[in-house]
Amino acid sequence: MDLFEHQAKELFAEYGIPVPRGIVAHTVEEARAAAEELTGRVVVKAQVKTGGRGKAGGVKVADDAADAERKATDILGMDIKGHTVHKVLIEEASAIAEEYYFSFLLDRANRTFLAICSAAGGMDIEEVAHNTPEKVAKIPVSPLTGVDRARAREIAVAGGLPEKALDGAAELIEKLWAAFVDEDASLVEVNPMILSADGQVKALDGKVTLDDNAAFRQPEHEAYADKAAEDPLEAAAKAKDLNYVKLDGSVGIIGNGAGLVMSTLDVVAYAGEAFPGQPKPANFLDIGGGASAEVMAAGLEIIISDPSVKSIFVNVFGGITACDAVANGIVSAFQLLESRGEAVTRPLVVRLDGNNALLGRQILADAKLAGVELVDTMDEAAKRAAELAAVGA
Amino acid sequence: MAIWLTENSKIIVQGMTGGEGTKHTRRMLAAGARVVGGVNARKAGTVHEGLPVFGTVAEAMAETGADVSVVFVPPAFTKDAVKEAVDAGIPLCVVITEGVPVHDTTEFWAYAVAKGGKTRIIGPNCPGIASPGASNAGIIPADITTAGRIGLVSKSGTLTYQLMYELRDFGFSTAVGIGGDPVIGTTHIDALEAFQADPGTDAIVMIGEIGGDAEERAAAYIEQHVTKPVVAYVAGFTAPEGKTMGHAGAIVSGSAGTAQAKKEALEKVGVRVGKTPSETARLMREVMRSR
Repeated sequence: MDLFEHQAKELFAEYGIPVPRGIVAHTVEEARAAAEELTGRVVVKAQVKTGGRGKAGGVKVADDAADAERKATDILGMDIKGHTVHKVLIEEASAIAEEYYFSFLLDRANRTFLAICSAAGGMDIEEVAHNTPEKVAKIPVSPLTGVDRARAREIAVAGGLPEKALDGAAELIEKLWAAFVDEDASLVEVNPMILSADGQVKALDGKVTLDDNAAFRQPEHEAYADKAAEDPLEAAAKAKDLNYVKLDGSVGIIGNGAGLVMSTLDVVAYAGEAFPGQPKPANFLDIGGGASAEVMAAGLEIIISDPSVKSIFVNVFGGITACDAVANGIVSAFQLLESRGEAVTRPLVVRLDGNNALLGRQILADAKLAGVELVDTMDEAAKRAAELAAVGA
Repeated sequence: MAIWLTENSKIIVQGMTGGEGTKHTRRMLAAGARVVGGVNARKAGTVHEGLPVFGTVAEAMAETGADVSVVFVPPAFTKDAVKEAVDAGIPLCVVITEGVPVHDTTEFWAYAVAKGGKTRIIGPNCPGIASPGASNAGIIPADITTAGRIGLVSKSGTLTYQLMYELRDFGFSTAVGIGGDPVIGTTHIDALEAFQADPGTDAIVMIGEIGGDAEERAAAYIEQHVTKPVVAYVAGFTAPEGKTMGHAGAIVSGSAGTAQAKKEALEKVGVRVGKTPSETARLMREVMRSR
């Protein structure tokens, strides 16, 4: 999960990292009130979970409260790379002497953590890293030894930070490491990390990505979730513990195993190219290894509640789960949904292979469910599901 | 022949007394794997599924001569379980558990490296390793196919099963599921190296998916070191940017980690990449028939 800048800064502040005073505003009135409270010059910053917002005009300096109101009017509702701005952070303006870059992140390829530090921070850090990589220090950090004050100072020196910033930077980096580890983050980024005119090192911006797998030991992270921005179908699926991602096509997909479902999306998209309107997958839904009747029903329920779905493709390879159990799951899911008045009215193409596939196919054939077709191979089934979606469109 | 797991492998199960541990211990035994015991500190000295339960991995190894551990413990306890297996010096530790925090995996990996890298770790979030007809450590169904001369390495469990099924008439030397997490122990490259050296393997199926650059690095390795034919499949061409697709590591970030880039990197070094799992199987059939 990615955090908004204001959330990242609230988190930083908990770890004693200096950040400018700021107030979140959802309306222009709130923006004005916030600027009045902060007094003096403020910065109005769009809160969106994407980069490049400064260049898109989502960050503006305001001289006073009235100006802040005008700037907030411009920024609220703005579209930045497909993200609508629903809130702004009103922050006291900082007197910036110098801008640096700092981050801790997960280095997948080397299976370790990485500290990235540069004296050339700010909006153009990506260009700096590309054109003059020698100006960006990338230093592996072992989870076994971590980062203490001395190590933090070494990293700051390697990044080329000047003597006058080293003490403040080392303190900030050490605290940022604590946040990175204690919060189970896979990224904490401060760009820019500034040296203010009065000699303080501060986090002027913040980007944090938290590890969803750590949710069981980070219960307070739930509060960071952006419920308003969540797709309603994704939210409903999440409430049922289903692994679901909404996509923009018309073929509903249910499968077992993340790799097989990703592959199913691809195969359906290829097959769709041959039909009018070029039907595409409507979703990713992995019902996992143990595809019980309840899980199958929950999955089907989510998919039929999506009005853009014109046909449904159930693609299961029976590994641990036997196909007869999956077939029974489909039959009881139909009964269950019918009893609730939510009958499956769109055509359903089923491909069962692997463990007890013949038995599973027999169960479905005997059940004679309306609109259910059995197809032997994944490629042929994808083609049929795409065709049915094209007809139903 | 096979890599890493043979008919002589003696397996212990960490977390054997739990639900998943019990179910899969039974399945491994039914598949003919030599499961010799389990580990659970709180149930040491008892017997479960007809097998002795030991208090520690070290004790289990000393008593049974085990050289493989399969880990089924819940995510919160996985880090300690793997570190214990590393401390005991077990040669192979297969971590099935899904949902392990990435800080924990990164830590136990660093720990294993610091201890001299004597323990090969497979996973986490993987289906394990199967050498059909010889042994089975994990949850890969044993009855899909028989022993043969194709090697397989994959980030995905069900795609592993799918390809084993499509190529069941040829059979497999070993199939390794390396898992779909951002940080994993054994990589595609480790498996490619082992299959290249294995006299019982003639050709290799490699399955990848979106996220990271493991496939690109594997392509560079193949160009330099692999002379056996490799056929590949990559899942996730239609995955949207910024969304995690089921596996914690399966995410396209900006322009990084796309299926297209992986396919191009593999094709550039002469690896044939199937458009669908079935086409991938067909390409491998051509390879095997031409031998």
